[in-house]
Order: sequence, then structure tokens, then C-alpha cells
Amino acid sequence: MPNRFLFLLTALLVIAGVARADDYRLRALMMIQNDFQAKGQAGLDRLETDSLQHVCNKYSDKPPEALLRLVEADQLATVKYPADGRLMGDWREGEKIAQSGRGFTWTDKPGLPVGGNCYNCHEISPKELSFGTLGPSLRNFGRNRGNTPEMRQYVFSKIFNAKSFNACSAMPRFGYIGALNEEQIRHLVALLLDPDSPVNQ
Amino acid sequence: MKQSIAVAATLAMVIGGFCSQAVAKDTRSAAAVAAAPTPAAKDAATAEFDKFREVMEDSNPAELFEAKGEDLWQTRRGPKSVALADSCDLGLGIGVVKGAYVQMPRYFADAGKVMDAERRIVWCMIEKQGFSAEELFRTPFANENFTPEPTSLVTYVAGASRNLKIAVPIDEPHVQDVYRLGREVFSFRAGPYDFACATCHGEDGKRIRMQQLPNLAKKEEAIRAYQGWPGYRMTGGFMLTQQWRMNDCFRQQRFPEPRYLSDTVTSLLTYLTANANGNVYKGPGIKR
Repeated sequence: MPNRFLFLLTALLVIAGVARADDYRLRALMMIQNDFQAKGQAGLDRLETDSLQHVCNKYSDKPPEALLRLVEADQLATVKYPADGRLMGDWREGEKIAQSGRGFTWTDKPGLPVGGNCYNCHEISPKELSFGTLGPSLRNFGRNRGNTPEMRQYVFSKIFNAKSFNACSAMPRFGYIGALNEEQIRHLVALLLDPDSPVNQ
Repeated sequence: MKQSIAVAATLAMVIGGFCSQAVAKDTRSAAAVAAAPTPAAKDAATAEFDKFREVMEDSNPAELFEAKGEDLWQTRRGPKSVALADSCDLGLGIGVVKGAYVQMPRYFADAGKVMDAERRIVWCMIEKQGFSAEELFRTPFANENFTPEPTSLVTYVAGASRNLKIAVPIDEPHVQDVYRLGREVFSFRAGPYDFACATCHGEDGKRIRMQQLPNLAKKEEAIRAYQGWPGYRMTGGFMLTQQWRMNDCFRQQRFPEPRYLSDTVTSLLTYLTANANGNVYKGPGIKR
């Protein structure tokens, strides 16, 4: 539901004395709706939370188990697999995508392609020592997990929509939001799973 | 003059080999030699920069902006030809600057608002000196060719709190209220990447690439978001305030832009600063 409705509704509720002054989450939401301006490609629509963000915000990233499963199933259903069934691309291309952190800020040029941002949060190839630690290390990912069809499908799904397996994960939903296309995700799958990829050396 | 300092600083960095890029490369090759590079070894880059910063702080370029700010504070200016020193109350009485910075954000009854230092100073410029709000809001942050007056004023006021303990009056009900709003803003996820401030700043010991991320919900680490601001930025060579820092965080969060001096930014600054209460503020600093 667009937040503007929520905002108007909240404002009315506060005026009517129904919403409580100590409902800080609602009040913060109202404040945020007032305090931002569109800039570059970053429009105000970005403040409108979708159902997933809404659930994670509401439960401080820890929704109850039953809801968690529902949300994850919902997110998994958004994953679009390649029509030709091919899930492995070229790990060299994958490495380039993993390196780039560009895209979607108000100073970035609008449009695609944008970067995968992978090294911002993950250790991946042993050759790149400038990596973040917000996500788990992906070193030896393929060697440890195996380059099976199931694993390829899992990795493709995870990159397409990370929330399919962990509803309130910190990882963006790259395919779902249209940041990475099918071909790019294939390259990233190869970066992680191809036995020749430096990840598995 | 500013330009020459920037040049000198750049030269110092290059000659000293302290440029963060260079350090990062050195560390890379050093770490590559070692069989199993540990995160601790790689954070040597950060340690090197900290050393460099210590050296630089003996002749901190921020002091020039403090001097400029003091001049602006003392001089009769604006359509009303009034000095801030004779009209502006930063919470400790009209004209009192010592200790004011580390006790903001605080509630100001005359404005009916909780305000951070920059917001209060700009409020005084508009209300007391008669400056145009539109003008002040047009270019709020510094660039290579321009330093907004509020930036110099904030630097001056911040300098007058050097070596004092951070003491946001968190028990005051208005401040408490805004603090709680700030805590909610901190964890609000939205935008194309589903990011909240807390996504990157809610856990201990994390990094984006080589950049360490303080856990801003914790007292020991919240100080890291406060220390060194306002800061003289080596890249480009100009002064930036916490208002700018919050603005750029939202940019990286892929959000639209927070309005300058808005309630949302004040609430975040209230949350972050009060979390750092009790730590000693070292004054305006140096940033990469």
C-alpha cells in the first residue's frame, strides 16, 4: 500500500486522538514523508514501503515464524528463471559486476547497467582484499557447496531475490528490483560456482 | 588560502606516502605476501590513516574555519545589523558558545523545536539577523569553491567545545521524544535496496569494502560518528558538517534527499549524539 495513504490515515488518526503520541514508529513515518525531496533519479516513491519492507519494519526485522515463511514464499515466487534454463554464465564477467558498487544514488546516472555491489559486503575472490564483512564470506563457495543444478538454482534465486530465503536479510533483491538482469545474474552464479572461478581456487 | 592548504595537504599525503589509496595498495601487497590475510591486518590501512590524522591535527585546517566562524559570530551582520554574539542563544544564554555544541541537540522554547547546532545557528541568522532562509537553504554544503557561512559558524561553535564531554540533555521530555523518533528513523527500511541506517550501522565490527562501520546504537561506537565533525575533508579540501554527513548517508542508502535542517535529520543527530553522551569531544577534525 502506498505510504501516502498510510500517512494521511495516520495524520487523521492522530488528529482524532486515535493514534497515540507514543507510537513512535508511525510518527517517524509521518515525519519522513514530510522531510524528503526528490533528487536525481531518487524520487519520493522510494519512501513507499512494499509489503516485504513493511513487515520487516513492523517487526524490527524479526517477524513471527509463520509470517516469515509466508513472506519468503511470496518473495521466492517473484524469481524469474531464464526460459532456456541456462543458469551459468562467465565468471570473468561476474567478477566485473561484483566489483562495481555504482547505481541508484541520486548522483548516479539513471538507467542500467548498475553494479552488483558484491564486494561491498562479501569476501569473494582471494585476489580482492578490499571486501566488506556485512555478508558472509563466499570464498570457496562452489568448492564447499558443489556445482549441482540445485545449487545453481539456489544461487540464481538468492541473487534475484535474497529475501526468498531470509525475509529481512540485509541483501538487496537485485533481480526483483531490476538492478541486475538475467544475463548478469548468470555471470555471478558462475563467479561463485564455476570450478575455474578464482573463488574456488 | 584554502586552495594552498589543500595543495599542501595533498603534497604532505603524497610525500608521506600516507594517501589512503597508497596505504590500501601497500596493505594489499603486504597482505598478499602473507598466506592468510586477516581482517586485522587489512585494517592497518585505517590505522595508518589515523596516525596521519594525528600528525595533521597539530595544524588542523579546520582552525581556519573556526577563525572565520568566530569573526562571523562577533560581527554585526544581516539586514538587522545584529551580531550573533549579542542575540543568539545556543542553549546556555545569549552569546555563550563554550560547551554549547556538546549539549545540542536540545530544546529551544523560542523556536518550539529540538535543534542541532547547525539548525540553531541558521535559525538565529534568519530570526535575529534577518538573513533570507531561501538564500541559506540554496547551497547548504561546502564545495571546492565555496564555504557556506553556517559551516564556518558551526566549526567555530564546535571548536568552543573541544575536550568537553558530550552531554545532550536526554532527560528533557522534548529531547527524549525526538530521540525516540530518531531511533525509528535509524531502523526504517525502504528504497530500491531495502536499506535502513541500521542495515550497515547496527552491528559490531562490520565493514563496507575497507571502510569500518561503527555500530551507532552503542555508546562506545556512536562516538565514532560524532568525533571529527565538523570535518575538513582531504578529498577536495573543504569543511563539512554533520548535516552534510546525514545527507550523504541517505544518498548512499539510495533514499531521496532529506531536506536541510529537517526534523528527520535533527532526530537522527539527537539519537546518534545522545548515544555518544559521556564521551569527550575532541573538536573539529580531519576526514578522508
